[in-house]
Amino acid sequence: MDLAILWFVIIAVLWTGYLVLEGFDFGVGMLLSILPRGDKEHREKERRVLVNTIGPVWDGNEVWLLTAGGATFAAFPEWYATMFSGFYIPLLIILVGLVARGVAFEYRGKINDPTWARRCDQAIQLGSWIPAVMWGVAFGNLVRGLLLDADHQYVGGFWALLNPFALVGGLTTLTLFLLHGAVFVSLKTDGEIRERAQRLASGLAVTALVVAGGWAIWAQVAYSATWTWAAVAVAALSLIGVVAATRARKEGTAFTLSAVTIVAAVVLIFGSMYPDVIPALDGGNALTVAEASSTDYTLTVMTWVAVFLTPVVIAYQAWTYWVFRRRLSTKDIPAPAGLSWQKIKDAAF
Amino acid sequence: MDALDLARWQFAITTVYHFIFVPLTIGLAPLVAGMQTAWVVTKNDRWLRLTKFFGKLLLINFALGVVTGIWQEFQFGMAWSEYSRFVGDVFGAPLAMEALAAFFVESVFLGVWIFGWDRVSKKIHLASIWLFALATNLSAFFILAANSWMQHPVGVIYNEETGRAEMESIWAVLTNNTLLAAFPHTITAAFLTAGTFVTGVAAWWMVRLARTKKAENLETARDVYRPAVRLGVWVMVVAGLGVIWSGDIQGKLMYEQQPGKMSSAEALCEGTESAEFSILAVGPLYAGCEDVAHLISIPGVTSYLGTGEFSGEDSYLPGVYDVQEEYSERYGETTADGEEISYTPPLAITYWSFRLMIGFAAFSVALALVAFWLTRKGRISDNVWLSRLALLAIPMPFVANSFGWIFTEVGRQPWVVAPNPTGIDQVRLLTERGVSTAVPAGVILTSMIVLTIIYAILAVVWFRLMHRYAIEGVPDVVRDESPEAQDPDDSDRPLSFAY
Repeated sequence: MDLAILWFVIIAVLWTGYLVLEGFDFGVGMLLSILPRGDKEHREKERRVLVNTIGPVWDGNEVWLLTAGGATFAAFPEWYATMFSGFYIPLLIILVGLVARGVAFEYRGKINDPTWARRCDQAIQLGSWIPAVMWGVAFGNLVRGLLLDADHQYVGGFWALLNPFALVGGLTTLTLFLLHGAVFVSLKTDGEIRERAQRLASGLAVTALVVAGGWAIWAQVAYSATWTWAAVAVAALSLIGVVAATRARKEGTAFTLSAVTIVAAVVLIFGSMYPDVIPALDGGNALTVAEASSTDYTLTVMTWVAVFLTPVVIAYQAWTYWVFRRRLSTKDIPAPAGLSWQKIKDAAF
Repeated sequence: MDALDLARWQFAITTVYHFIFVPLTIGLAPLVAGMQTAWVVTKNDRWLRLTKFFGKLLLINFALGVVTGIWQEFQFGMAWSEYSRFVGDVFGAPLAMEALAAFFVESVFLGVWIFGWDRVSKKIHLASIWLFALATNLSAFFILAANSWMQHPVGVIYNEETGRAEMESIWAVLTNNTLLAAFPHTITAAFLTAGTFVTGVAAWWMVRLARTKKAENLETARDVYRPAVRLGVWVMVVAGLGVIWSGDIQGKLMYEQQPGKMSSAEALCEGTESAEFSILAVGPLYAGCEDVAHLISIPGVTSYLGTGEFSGEDSYLPGVYDVQEEYSERYGETTADGEEISYTPPLAITYWSFRLMIGFAAFSVALALVAFWLTRKGRISDNVWLSRLALLAIPMPFVANSFGWIFTEVGRQPWVVAPNPTGIDQVRLLTERGVSTAVPAGVILTSMIVLTIIYAILAVVWFRLMHRYAIEGVPDVVRDESPEAQDPDDSDRPLSFAY
């Protein structure tokens, strides 16, 4: 098999890892003000339950993004250069979201103060809603194609990225991640919040079927190869399965199926792009897998690295999910351990 | 300012900022791991209290290193796409390896460590912090492999057809002698930073408690803070010697590999034997060599730093003018646009950053000596001058680290990939050729402003949390939360740790 094609597949696998794992992180973040109910104190406890379902794992999940980025740089320098400079503004917006969200996760519990917690929650939500939409917009544009000049420079400008197809792509990732997050919460929590997450998930699954299904058919008809209909079919069946599984209260099955939906979406996206890494638009130039790739030597080195390390990474990351497998409920949440805001203020110069 | 200037400023701001947090993490993580090991081995609560205390500070610090690191990887493609096209075949590999081999380990096992006190056995919990600590150091190795390749490209050929540098040997890239000197220098500097931090914080606390003259406070000062002061002192001593040793090797390599960097660091204009080390120079250094006046100098020392000889033929060092002449001949006098190329990096920045790097690191030496003396033979100190020196010394290695990198990166100019004098001439790239051509200046200006504002806000939050948690001191009561120590009937207890 051609190494460049193998690496195209590996990059797709890395993005799959990222979107499946951080997909539910985004979902949980977006649900932070939607799921909790009850009085002020109870809502705060439920929000802490939500944050703690992903607390031990969110950072490891995000490393899939850095690996996808680094691997694209190493295996497809032209792709990395064209895509990252072309998507400058969307990536900046995503990045601002990820920064705000990451800091908020880590610092939320460091100060025991309602205002501080509210601000951190806002940052977590901002940092979840925005990337959840923007990743869909970015991938939508990759499926549709970009306007490249002969030197493979993106010349379409920012506003062209906000075309209807890409925006519906953004809605697609948004609903898929919301669903994925709701299913995850129902799997990882106990008590009332689990019931609420379950109800929300079965509703969201129907919405996702409409939105993601519509986008996938649009992609198929306008931009994709025939064989990716299989991915669309898998995605549709999985989503129907999510509806059935949440109604039957089989949370593990529901989560597996919503993950499969995201895998199928990535297959559809990368399958549509192939044999290009950036398809042509409006008679511009395409950037193909072969043109964008590194040398055989570099790809061989990276193949060895990836073949040895990826299974190890998956093994220990899976192990941490097993370690933290216990369902959380409000009674598991200890009293706040952070310092009071007043103490911080008193200590300031 | 055009897109190039903005992209350079943006890179400088975001990279210096990122590297405020990185060295403390690299150095402090193994120290916290060591404290926890001491607790597991000796079962003395003092080490658990110190582990919890410095562990919390480590986590506050690590969070900012993580979130500012994503931008570091992205901005090569976003703002420096032409650089990325030219080097990606070689440069991308260590970055991808860093993510796969090191950063995953860091992030995953830190999660286990933070939340795992009552979830995994004591040994696995201890292994988690060690894996985290080793991985942060391994991360540094891969990132420095990438940077060292820009300083001194090896293991590479130039492909005429694709117009890019292509990797010939990953082994050569990972055993680049520039890397083998830069790695210990960076790591020992990181340990110096962390040693200063631990000693500084613990010494401040020791003095504060000792001055109360209350028996229980004196006990805490002696039993908990003094061992931390001593630990930090020993780390500073060993790391400090390592910094000097590795820096010396780097200096000699630099003269062979990037003669322009060292001659401009010394504002050495004419090549000479027995070159003097300038301690104070005046003159409009920005203008170049002509008007520099060295006021205080030590004969022969610069020659020694570069060549290992104080005087004689072997101590000859080329000056700024010699480098300009040689490079003009070898790499061309003008750019493709017909502009004359200056092969001299900005003199004022290289000259002063080199000296400030050394000067700021000297505070750690002072703290180590004073703290070592005042805590000799089991003593604790209530000397208020120790506490003042401790507070003064804590930030200094951070500043020294920044100046070290400013020197390294600015001194490489005008190159982004400096040519290897014994390598392939075509594997070189002027910084001005590396910037993204498809990104307008206004867009880069926007991102620079946005990032600077966010980073400034985060710096304030980071500082206040670090400060407040440092003056909170070690926890009074610690209990063994490990599964071994738990009552199995009590499975409904709340989590020992939660956000």
